[in-house]
Amino acid sequence: MDVTINVNGTDYIRDIEPRMLLVHFIREELGLRGTHWGCDTSNCGTCVVWVDDEPVKSCTMLAVMADGHRVKTVEGLEGPDGLDPIQQGFIECHGLQCGFCTPGMMMTGRWLIDKNPDISEEEIREGISGQICRCTGYKNIVEAIRWAAEHPKGSEVTA
Amino acid sequence: MQTPAPVDYARATSVDHALQLLEQHGEDARVIAGGHSLIPMMRLRIASPTTLIDLNDLDELKGIRVEGNEIVIGAMTRHAEVLDSAILAEHYPIFREAEKLIADPVVRNRGTVGGSMCQADPSEDLSAVGSALGGTVVIRSKSGSRTVPIREFHFGPYMTQVADGEILTEVRFPIRPGAGSAYEKVERRVGDWPVASAGVFVVVRDGVVSDCGIGLTAVGAEHFSAPGAEEFLVGKAPTEENLAQAAAIAADSCSPVSDQRGPADYKKHLAQELTLRALRRAVAASQGA
Repeated sequence: MDVTINVNGTDYIRDIEPRMLLVHFIREELGLRGTHWGCDTSNCGTCVVWVDDEPVKSCTMLAVMADGHRVKTVEGLEGPDGLDPIQQGFIECHGLQCGFCTPGMMMTGRWLIDKNPDISEEEIREGISGQICRCTGYKNIVEAIRWAAEHPKGSEVTA
Repeated sequence: MQTPAPVDYARATSVDHALQLLEQHGEDARVIAGGHSLIPMMRLRIASPTTLIDLNDLDELKGIRVEGNEIVIGAMTRHAEVLDSAILAEHYPIFREAEKLIADPVVRNRGTVGGSMCQADPSEDLSAVGSALGGTVVIRSKSGSRTVPIREFHFGPYMTQVADGEILTEVRFPIRPGAGSAYEKVERRVGDWPVASAGVFVVVRDGVVSDCGIGLTAVGAEHFSAPGAEEFLVGKAPTEENLAQAAAIAADSCSPVSDQRGPADYKKHLAQELTLRALRRAVAASQGA
């Protein structure tokens, strides 16, 4: 069936099977490979994207359910002025090792900061509790999200 | 890679439309809410509906409101909204305590109250909350609405009163002035199903328990409830001894099974201990109210 899904500000019209999962629509139909596909069981969280401004696990949503909605992926974080602070934070704090969990972590991290700019370490840990980093790098991930909270969009970012 | 079997899809624009679509697409059509139980089951081919009827646009089924002396939760209300609800925090903190332990924040953005109730997993946390509070569910079909006591809603694991051509539309809970409530859960890791959970409400008036409800999940409690323990406690002083006795009666009425989450005797022990802890806190909250 025909769907129109707005991904990172662009409307994409595609003819897809209703059984196609959103993560595969993003990766295979649109070629946006920043969103990763991990456990297949909504446990690991590497496939997290935003649907209408809220993070969801895109392996557990059908693409047809996003018809007419807005999706934002990790590719949509960067703005005209450069990297989003959440991306910069992962650079500054060495928030990744292998990088597999990173797109999901950044999408949830950005949402957590938008909801609560003064978010605590404990709240960040709870916020990313549905996402798994197998490099055991949670400490640096939490620091990266904190870094982004302390360097809001528009503030001077040092590379 | 796990992919669902081929399926048709239709998006409902109203409850009436959804009911019409259900009728039109036959007995193997299913409504889909947050999809966080149904989609994994479809991927494993445990469920193979022929058509999915998407309820996500139905704003009429979303939200939490007070109607007279009842709190009404729409079936399409997300877990995240239940967790953050000021109305529920005021009347029944048990919801917030339970929701904080249901799945994880991202899953709670999609999962719904109605979806959880209708999935009827024998370890569902909200089923214990509902059973403790003893409300009603409203089920709609083309011929009208019917109201079912929440303790009669589940026939057994994965089986509910919702029949072909019907949709759960809302869950209703009586407001009880002065009630204290609490939820206790033991899980193996963050976001997991419980090994065992207990949820309770208690009203203490003039030094005695005037009303109470006990809900249990994952421990084989019939209808997620412990009526014998409630009967014992009502009319008695909320002493430690009486609370412990009620918790023991509640645990006795459970029939947990040994599985990967733990052996049956451990679960029975948890049922008793978690009921006692929840009762203590609910009594304290009621006495402080």
